[in-house]
Amino acid sequence: MVEFALNHAWLVPLLPALAFVIIVFLTQRWKRLSSLVSITAMLGSFVIASIIAYGVFTNHEFIEKSLVYSLKWFGMEGFNINVGVMLDPTSSMMLFMVSLVASLIQIYSTGYMKGDPQYSLFFAYLSLFGASMLGLIISSNLLQLFVMWELVGLCSYLLIGFYTFKVSAREAAKKAFMTTRIGDFGMLLGILFLQIKFGTLDLVELAAAIPMFEQFGVSLGLLTLIALLFFMGPVAKSGQFPLHVWLPDAMEGPTPVSALIHAATMVVAGVYLIGRTLFLYVQVPGAMEVVAAIGAFTALFAAAIAITQREIKRILAYSTVSQLGYMMLALGVGSLSASMFHLWTHAFFKALMFLAAGSVLHALHNKADVWDMGGLIKKMPITGWTFVVGGLAIAGIPPFAGFWSKDEILVVTMEYAKHGHALGYVLFGMAAFTAFLTAFYMWRMIFLTFFGKEKAENHPHESPWSMTAPLIVLAVMASIGGLIGTPWANIWGEWINFGEVHHAEPALGLMLLSVILALAGIGLAYTLYCKDGEKKTARKLAENYQSLYQLSYNKFYIDEVYAWFTQKIVDGTARVTYYFDIYFVDGIVNGIAAVTRGSGKGLRYLQTGSMQTYALVFFLAILVITVVLAFGSPSLASIMGGVK
Amino acid sequence: MTFPILTTTLLAPILAALIIVFLPKENDKLCKSVAAVGTGIALALSLYVYFGYDQSVGGLQWVDFGQPVPWIKDLGVTWYMAVDGLSLPMLLLTNLIGFTAVFASWNVTHRAKELMILLLVLIAGVMGTFIAQDLFIFLLFYEIVVIPIYIMVVIWGSSKRVTKEYAGMKLTIYLLMGSAFLLAGVIALFVNSVNITGIADMSFEGLAQVAFPEQLQIYLFALLLIGFGSLLSMWPFHSWSPDGYAGAPTAVSMIHAGILKKIGGYGLIRLAIVVLPLGARFWAPYMAVLGVIGVAYAAMGALAQKDLKYVVGYSSVSHMGYVLLGLASLGIIGINGAVAAMFAHGVMAALFFSMIGFIYERTHTRWIPDMGGLAHYTPKLAVGFMMAGMASLGLPGLITFIPEFTIFVETFKVFGLLAVIGIAGIIITALYVLRAAANTLFGPARPEFSHIKDLKGPEMVPLIVLGTVLVVGGILPSLLFDMIDSGVAPLLAHINDVLQIGGR
Amino acid sequence: MGTGLNPSYFIGLSAALFAIGMYGALSKRNIISVLISIELMLCAVNINLVAFNKFLTPDAFLGQIFAIFIITVAAAEVGLGLALIIAISRRRETNNLDDLNWLRW
Repeated sequence: MVEFALNHAWLVPLLPALAFVIIVFLTQRWKRLSSLVSITAMLGSFVIASIIAYGVFTNHEFIEKSLVYSLKWFGMEGFNINVGVMLDPTSSMMLFMVSLVASLIQIYSTGYMKGDPQYSLFFAYLSLFGASMLGLIISSNLLQLFVMWELVGLCSYLLIGFYTFKVSAREAAKKAFMTTRIGDFGMLLGILFLQIKFGTLDLVELAAAIPMFEQFGVSLGLLTLIALLFFMGPVAKSGQFPLHVWLPDAMEGPTPVSALIHAATMVVAGVYLIGRTLFLYVQVPGAMEVVAAIGAFTALFAAAIAITQREIKRILAYSTVSQLGYMMLALGVGSLSASMFHLWTHAFFKALMFLAAGSVLHALHNKADVWDMGGLIKKMPITGWTFVVGGLAIAGIPPFAGFWSKDEILVVTMEYAKHGHALGYVLFGMAAFTAFLTAFYMWRMIFLTFFGKEKAENHPHESPWSMTAPLIVLAVMASIGGLIGTPWANIWGEWINFGEVHHAEPALGLMLLSVILALAGIGLAYTLYCKDGEKKTARKLAENYQSLYQLSYNKFYIDEVYAWFTQKIVDGTARVTYYFDIYFVDGIVNGIAAVTRGSGKGLRYLQTGSMQTYALVFFLAILVITVVLAFGSPSLASIMGGVK
Repeated sequence: MTFPILTTTLLAPILAALIIVFLPKENDKLCKSVAAVGTGIALALSLYVYFGYDQSVGGLQWVDFGQPVPWIKDLGVTWYMAVDGLSLPMLLLTNLIGFTAVFASWNVTHRAKELMILLLVLIAGVMGTFIAQDLFIFLLFYEIVVIPIYIMVVIWGSSKRVTKEYAGMKLTIYLLMGSAFLLAGVIALFVNSVNITGIADMSFEGLAQVAFPEQLQIYLFALLLIGFGSLLSMWPFHSWSPDGYAGAPTAVSMIHAGILKKIGGYGLIRLAIVVLPLGARFWAPYMAVLGVIGVAYAAMGALAQKDLKYVVGYSSVSHMGYVLLGLASLGIIGINGAVAAMFAHGVMAALFFSMIGFIYERTHTRWIPDMGGLAHYTPKLAVGFMMAGMASLGLPGLITFIPEFTIFVETFKVFGLLAVIGIAGIIITALYVLRAAANTLFGPARPEFSHIKDLKGPEMVPLIVLGTVLVVGGILPSLLFDMIDSGVAPLLAHINDVLQIGGR
Repeated sequence: MGTGLNPSYFIGLSAALFAIGMYGALSKRNIISVLISIELMLCAVNINLVAFNKFLTPDAFLGQIFAIFIITVAAAEVGLGLALIIAISRRRETNNLDDLNWLRW
């Protein structure tokens, strides 16, 4: 059975794809049936993915060599593309994680989306998303991966704009697509470069070819350029600065979508992709530094925005951006293991928090401002306590999952610094400070939402079991999911790594530091937002540092800059082009027509109607020709048909 | 002597048109049904020919009557109908769009009989250009195409920014101007070939064997480039395209954007590049520059539009820029990509125009700011619109992506930075498509549209047929590429031979 | 030959006749006068043809045949022309050429 699963890994994305087709063409009318089809398919994928994961993680051969099989997709002389499956510990882990989270979220959605007129369509989209995301994970070819990459983008677009009647959802969907498209442009150029220079897009062949890049006539500078162009895709997809702007807006979609696509799975595709192509990045230290720096900066930057946001999902969105920054940082300092580990734990605790937030919104009828909430934990105990588990995990309190992975990232960053990269110390400082901020803003939100005084106008109630059950499962994963990667027994690092297996000594000092930072953040949040019932200090701080507060609250005005650029520069150019077209280019065309018509108008006066005028012209012409023939130059005469 | 299946395919719409002539004009449903049957037969035959073509053998197959039938002996004109991997996708495209165009005009009641007759003549004319392997017959069919278009625009068109008379005239004059350049080039080509070889032979194959001197090739190529280029809406000969499509009725927009433009690209390969490779080499960089300008310029133009048809009109100019760019690379990957892109764009543009036509019939407007929230009332129409839009911005998984990517692979290698500007066009394309889609389909439902009905019955045909092609072609690109490659590879081999000899 | 009859006499005569005819055709306002003038020009041509035939190919009657053809055509032309003139003058009550300009722009 294991053998079968390993050799038929393409079934994992195929099942949800079939579900999509079935729902769209057959069962759209019957809502319950549609969701059943979708969930069954995803659970089927989950089962196969689990078997695959079992098969891979019990066979040590997979550490060295991945299982690859492919067939020809299309091709011509000098350009052949295969599609196939590539299984190794990293992709198996991703398959397992994505299919698990997707299944849970689909189950959750049966409760959350109940009563929506487009219930079936929602599940169809979720299935399509599942299919493309799982397809992305197992892709063995960069072009195949790019196709899936765009398809998850399409699903994201469709699902962000799922509430089509909302203008804000429509605009957010458009923004998400456009922003990622800018990244895709760079990524496409990177892929084209790879195809042209190395003649293949197959991941295995590229991994073999790129270390010998000089034999292919590629200089180090060009390779760095390729790596950086390629990096643009992940920057946009994984919400890294400066293309992070779409991710917070993407929260316009239904909450399960935010949990699945914009927290746990799709947005980490960028991280996964860089992990997949790390063989390229390790050749170019310059590009690695850029990756690390952008990651660290994004982590800090997004955390700085998150501390002042008011909408519950927006806070979570910036937190996602920030955590993705961590993952990029880990990749940038060269640790696939730490990055994937954080990806793994983050998927659980962030999906958990989003779903719990969805449960809150469900109960409060989409009232999203955390300042309007309070004391919800009494009425919604399961939602509340699972959220607290998520909060502990993301803040980095041992033994919850987030602690181990974040600690791992801090450790590898420190090691990077110690290996002679002065930049590493800066990155480490940023990462550590972000850890403090993370604990602070997350617990600010938790205290405001679940603790403190209840608001009289709210009438919350606990959500149905279909919504709370996934919360519990995710809470369990968020609690213990990190134990497989502790420094004392790093099973994770043994399996998922790039290059040499690396046994770090448990760095107790760093652990202590990260716990202290987390506790400090939580403590500060407690003092400001829970102990002080009136939140006087918090308000006063905001007033005293008005400009800083506004800067953070308005997201450093990045969106405004982009909007200005699009509306003034791009649209301005478009308008100029258009006017150029209708007045200049068309002007020439119409001008030629006008000359024709004008000359016709002028010349028609020669048509006097008087026979004798015509005859006179006729005779004069003959006279001229005769004279020319008789006395003119021989060449002229020969043109006129005369003798030489 | 084999059964003349290509001539039969060509005659199917003509025969249908002849039958319609004798039908009562009050019974427009019957007229449309006959037209549907005629184009349906042509579609079925071309599918049969497409999948019956032996790619491993390649070359010209399905030769009617087994060999060229002499027609005008002194000029070497023969009735030479045959197809290869280059003609076949175009033939299939013609019939796909022809068939769906009949259904896209299903709701036309004003002089439906005449519309159907002209439509069928138009389809037959376009089909003829793609299956004729004789230059004279090619030109003949091309001229046949021009006349119905003018009449159709003027009678069934619509006046918006420009009047339909202006649009129709602009379209026709441009086509005729193109054919004037073409005719000059073709006559010079023929006369010189007779001078060089002493044999009058009008077949493409025969002309390709003639060794024209390089200087002559350069002059003639320029003539043909302007001729075919203005058909392909090559910048700066593009301005007929947005106005023409905006003025034309749905079926004409579909056929024009979908296939007629492709005659330009097809002719550039079949005649200009293959017969005049040295000229092509001289002009290729200029072609590439014009292509890139076309891509960027028309994308920007589309961004400024408020009328749906203008958006798609400019967008098709932009997409043809990619085709030109691919052709200019003069490499097998680029030309394969360009041919595939022509096919893909044809399907996409036809779907787009048919959906816009249905929207216009229902809302009586194409002005984007006046619309919004249509998806609430017409979900199926919205699906069609979105599919066409997504194909237009080159979404992977739909038919347009792989051709574009293939073009990029070659042109990026050959032209470097120039190609990057072209590739950047995908960003602008996404912007205008998404804007148009968002402002037309999404947003709050508008009460003034609450009476409009979704697609049903025959109206579904364009969506189903073209939508299927979009998806299948996206998932299985080899269906298209293997065919094109079998046609382009031998032509390219010939060109490379010539270039190597003449290059010294 | 050599009797002093020399081609230049004939050419001179026909040129003069032609010039007179042409002057009439271009300047006369009366349609019938124009028609008569055209006849003069044709006569000039005939003289030329016959004379050149005499001097160039005395044995063949090429010029004479041509002249006869021209006379025949001229007769037909006059018949047609006069019929038109009658029709026009009945309808328009004029035979002044300057009034017959309704085919202008």
